[in-house]
Amino acid sequence: MQIPEIVGAGLIVIGAGLGIGKIGGSAMDAIARQPEASGKIQTAMLIAAALIEGIGFAALFA
Amino acid sequence: MVISKKPLHFIAALLVAFMPLVSSANPSNDSTAVEAHAVAKTEEASHEGVHAEPKDEKAKIKEFINHHLLDSHSFYFNADEESGKHFGFSLPIILWDNGFQFFSSSKFHNGEEVAEHNGNFYVLHHEKIYKTDASGKLNEEHGHPTNVRPLDFSITKSVLGILLIALLMFLVFTSLAKSYAKNGGIAKGIGRIFEPIVLYVRDDIAIPNIGEKKYKKYMSYLLTIFFFILFLNILGLTPFGFNVTGNFTITASLAILTYLITTFTANKNYWGHIFWMPGVPTPMKFILAPIELLGTIIKPFSLMIRLYANMVAGHVVLMSIIGLMFIFKSWIGSSLSFGLAFALSILEILVAFLQAYIFTMLSALYFGAGNEEHHHEDAHH
Repeated sequence: MQIPEIVGAGLIVIGAGLGIGKIGGSAMDAIARQPEASGKIQTAMLIAAALIEGIGFAALFA
Repeated sequence: MVISKKPLHFIAALLVAFMPLVSSANPSNDSTAVEAHAVAKTEEASHEGVHAEPKDEKAKIKEFINHHLLDSHSFYFNADEESGKHFGFSLPIILWDNGFQFFSSSKFHNGEEVAEHNGNFYVLHHEKIYKTDASGKLNEEHGHPTNVRPLDFSITKSVLGILLIALLMFLVFTSLAKSYAKNGGIAKGIGRIFEPIVLYVRDDIAIPNIGEKKYKKYMSYLLTIFFFILFLNILGLTPFGFNVTGNFTITASLAILTYLITTFTANKNYWGHIFWMPGVPTPMKFILAPIELLGTIIKPFSLMIRLYANMVAGHVVLMSIIGLMFIFKSWIGSSLSFGLAFALSILEILVAFLQAYIFTMLSALYFGAGNEEHHHEDAHH
């Protein structure tokens, strides 16, 4: 692996981590406000996280 | 306790529960012989006070991980380096080369020898079969052999895993279905574990995403992929060293199935939203059409990449951490790596469930998008 590639992989991981972290944090806030809607929030959170993850992996492999 | 009344069941449950633990023996040549070898080496190293050839060890671990990630034409748990003996069994090789050619993979002697069958000579090179002459020499060009590759239909390790899981699923779910008829609508035996999962797939994945009216025709597919991926992910955590869902071709086939079902069961609203997006200015429609069309392909592509990358990443991390044991060669490194591997194995079980769930969920979402009813003209898409 060359140095630019390593830096790029690091940037991807930082971006994906920030994105998933934001989703998780917001989901926590939402569940704290409305615990009765936690099931729906979790589903939406997982889908959004999976989409970001997919892009992250695609970028890592490309 | 209910479980202790049936000692056999209890032992079986215990065995299954501890399987991921045993899998920690998976990466690093998991026979006692090799362990003893490693211990002997450790003692040697401690006597000399230096690490004996750490680089060699690292290269070996890397090679082992790479080998594990690939599919294999034979099934072996462990190879003894010194005697060159492989513990395991051979699998049948099926080639299409002017008619079907059947022979056992033991003829390759683990890729070291030329296999002769019906006057043809084959060579195994990086788990790919090439046709050669009697000497078994490959004509290399830019590092890639240019020899003819016969069509390979062999029962490889992954195929064996798939067949095994297919058989298991068939047995488990037919017995579940039969127990309903026998017991008057109550699941029995192992079906009691799977009934809530089936209901979960129906009530929390299919119905909310596809809709009350149309979910039924997709249920069989959704349940099949859910349990197929789940079982194969769990199989990947056992010490047998399967890596089926961490294989590009398999996740690609699953994603293609989802794509085909989405494409062929979609209604006209779906295609309307792709080619002639309602509610946007006309020039924008020409720009959006190719983007939307590309989007239909990107969706299954991301399904494929997600499952593949997650499983490969899990296997590589787990095996690397266990590999640390052989690099550190001290009690502190070993116990640390054992603890980490234990924690990661538990995490991997979660990931196995999560990835099966995500794949099924997103498939259901795509099916639902393809079947959406016409609500109002100015939908904010």
